[in-house]
Amino acid sequence: MDYLYDLNTFIPATIAAAAGLVVLMQSVYKVKINTIFGVTVFSLVVALLFALRDLFGPVGTSFYDMVAYGGTAAFGTLLVITGTLFCVLISRDYLEAIDHHYGEVYAMILFATTGMVGLAVSNDLIMLFVGLETMSICLYVLAGLIKEEKTGAESALKYFLLGAFSTGFLLYGIALIYGATGSTNYADITALTDISPLFMAGSALLLVGFFFKISAVPFHMWTPDVYQGTPTTLTAYFATASKAATFVALILVMSRMMPEIEGVGWTQAISVIAIITMILGNLIALVQDNVKRMLAYSSIAHAGYLLVGLAAGTADGYTGVLYYLFAYTVMNIGAFGVIAFYERNQALDFTDVNNYAGLGYKQPVMAVLLSVFLFSLAGIPPFVGFLAKYYVFAAAVNAGHITLAVVGVLTTAASVYYYLRVMVFMYFREPHKEFDLVNPGAIFKYALIVLCVLTVYYGVEPVFPMGSLIELLTSYYTETGPAGMAGP
Amino acid sequence: MATYAFVLLAVLAVASALAMVLNKNTVNSALFLVLNLMSVAGLYLLLHAQFLAIIQILVYAGAIMVLFLFVIMLLNVDEEESLFDKFRAIYLVAFLLGVVVFGQIVYSLGGVTDLLPEISADMAYVGTVEAVGEVLYTTYLMPFEMTAILLTAAVVGALMIAQYKVKTSDQEE
Amino acid sequence: MIADFGNILLFLIHGALFVALSLFVAKLIRPHRPNAEKLMTYECGEVPIGSARVQFNNRFYIIGLMFLIFEVEILLLFPWVMVFQDIGWFAFWAMFVFVFLIFIGFAYELGKGHLQWDIPRPVVPKYVEGVGVVDDYPAKEPASSEPALDEPALQTGVNR
Repeated sequence: MDYLYDLNTFIPATIAAAAGLVVLMQSVYKVKINTIFGVTVFSLVVALLFALRDLFGPVGTSFYDMVAYGGTAAFGTLLVITGTLFCVLISRDYLEAIDHHYGEVYAMILFATTGMVGLAVSNDLIMLFVGLETMSICLYVLAGLIKEEKTGAESALKYFLLGAFSTGFLLYGIALIYGATGSTNYADITALTDISPLFMAGSALLLVGFFFKISAVPFHMWTPDVYQGTPTTLTAYFATASKAATFVALILVMSRMMPEIEGVGWTQAISVIAIITMILGNLIALVQDNVKRMLAYSSIAHAGYLLVGLAAGTADGYTGVLYYLFAYTVMNIGAFGVIAFYERNQALDFTDVNNYAGLGYKQPVMAVLLSVFLFSLAGIPPFVGFLAKYYVFAAAVNAGHITLAVVGVLTTAASVYYYLRVMVFMYFREPHKEFDLVNPGAIFKYALIVLCVLTVYYGVEPVFPMGSLIELLTSYYTETGPAGMAGP
Repeated sequence: MATYAFVLLAVLAVASALAMVLNKNTVNSALFLVLNLMSVAGLYLLLHAQFLAIIQILVYAGAIMVLFLFVIMLLNVDEEESLFDKFRAIYLVAFLLGVVVFGQIVYSLGGVTDLLPEISADMAYVGTVEAVGEVLYTTYLMPFEMTAILLTAAVVGALMIAQYKVKTSDQEE
Repeated sequence: MIADFGNILLFLIHGALFVALSLFVAKLIRPHRPNAEKLMTYECGEVPIGSARVQFNNRFYIIGLMFLIFEVEILLLFPWVMVFQDIGWFAFWAMFVFVFLIFIGFAYELGKGHLQWDIPRPVVPKYVEGVGVVDDYPAKEPASSEPALDEPALQTGVNR
């Protein structure tokens, strides 16, 4: 095999890893933190360009079938790199404000990105596990960045213990699947014809590990505490990039390794989990006063919507999930970003939604941005969140899962309450006292504006005649054979 | 012969695991864990997984146990903290759920009745160090290199979590 | 091949038997006359002070952690040695990249000074006119950034 060609297919992750090492060494030799930030951003931009190139490139597998490239995997890489880039862009000013601005943070983010890309493109259970672990280890550390405070320590410890436990499930699942099939490669496992109880047990445990990582409901306990204790911009990273990577890996596993086989009822299992995730996530979010916890429960609810598309199990469903992941990445980083901006005003306590009163008229640009992102998260029409929900629910209806779509629409309607509540406080309540907000830095502001533009642009994109994102995604599942997942 | 060895090791593994969980003294628990890991290594050997057995002893019974003992000494937990000082309904639920999961695993392993499978020469070769090396640096190259990133991240992460203000060379007197 | 491990088993059995047997024989022939002095924990002739369960310094943990990670690295070198001739230069470069990546982690640790061990200076009590006996230890390091946790461990080391 041609190693250079193989490396070429894996270049975004390679760039991220190399940049991580450079940044690590820079932080040892006391290079200025702004230089480190610059190196990180530069490497991520380069990686993003390569990821964009791969989006339209050939489809296949490399490194002895360990990693997939092109198609779904390429889009997963793009999602991860995009999410990381924007999280890094908004992190600098925020971390400086909370006095935790170290070079190592960027190194950990870059290593985590490497792991996420490895996870998102994995075509083998071993690769999946190593990618997941690389990502998780870095995230555990980032969760405990504010270790002087109780919430930070709690968040790191909780995430680590539960994460390690769930990794155990995942690994046990992999072991059982290997025992049943004698292979860890997706294609080899699919080739298996008789489904033994051993294989079923293995897949179930594998899914449990996945459900934990995407915080679907029976396995969601860690999410609010971890999201609350983590620095806000890194919370955005947890909620978007890591979730996107895990979901793309889950799509690959579901579509390539566990396609619908007679008598294998994963669809039902995922449907049930999707329903309770949507209901519980939205219900608990309704009563949250802490904005970060509200967004944490909202992210649980969004995992539910994503599972709806996965439960559909059709090409449409997978396309919808990918589109949703893109929308979710863009709008959620935006929402967390604006909240991070408010939290930069250390003297004022902006964890409680009651303190958002009257914010709409201070720094009006930021308030408008937050409104756009929250509208989009709520799934209100002119924004990308609406389209994403539409694709996912439509796929579910087409696949005959009417209940799922109905529950999804109803819970979406309920979710509007808690998203709009923030805006009501911002625009229609009098502030408790006089205060002034710090000035958002230029990079911070423009990163959020770009996200906002993406949110709006992709919300109205279908009216433009040129080839749209959803068409590109659909092509992954139609051009290359049945459901596009077989792949070479 | 192999069957006797298996029964001996299996009994030892289960007994030491129970002793580890039920022991009140954390240091003793840790030492029972060493015994448990050793007997599991023996079971690996019976399956002709030589490399795995050696790794099990070197890494788990060696390095990881050192770390466990350090943590126990670091935390300075005093003994006499019983796990089950009073009965709660949740224990019963947990126990029943555990039984269910155990039953499922036994069911899914249902077809396997032999204590030890017949191991052919081919299968025996798979567990050797050479066989591991042959695939580790070619087929599994990508996960292997990713492991290096993982370990580096683990080093940095552990130091970030564990460090307080560490003096660096230029701050020295 | 696997039968070679039988030797190890025999060795283990021998070791266990040897210990058990010699303890048993010793119990048979030794006189049994305990006193307080004999029952005391043996600590190289010193009188033992307090419990053996003292709190370790945080740094031992870091060293242990590093040991663990580098041991995993070394273990992955074993198969490499065995197959190096078959795979050739490719295996060399594969391992080179691996070791290089781990080395970066090591360089980080070294550069950040995690492997430096502060040598504790003895606490010398000093007589100051009008004040009495004072320790000069805090005076020399007024802006010590070490947390309180670290101090007792260092001092214990000094006192012994």
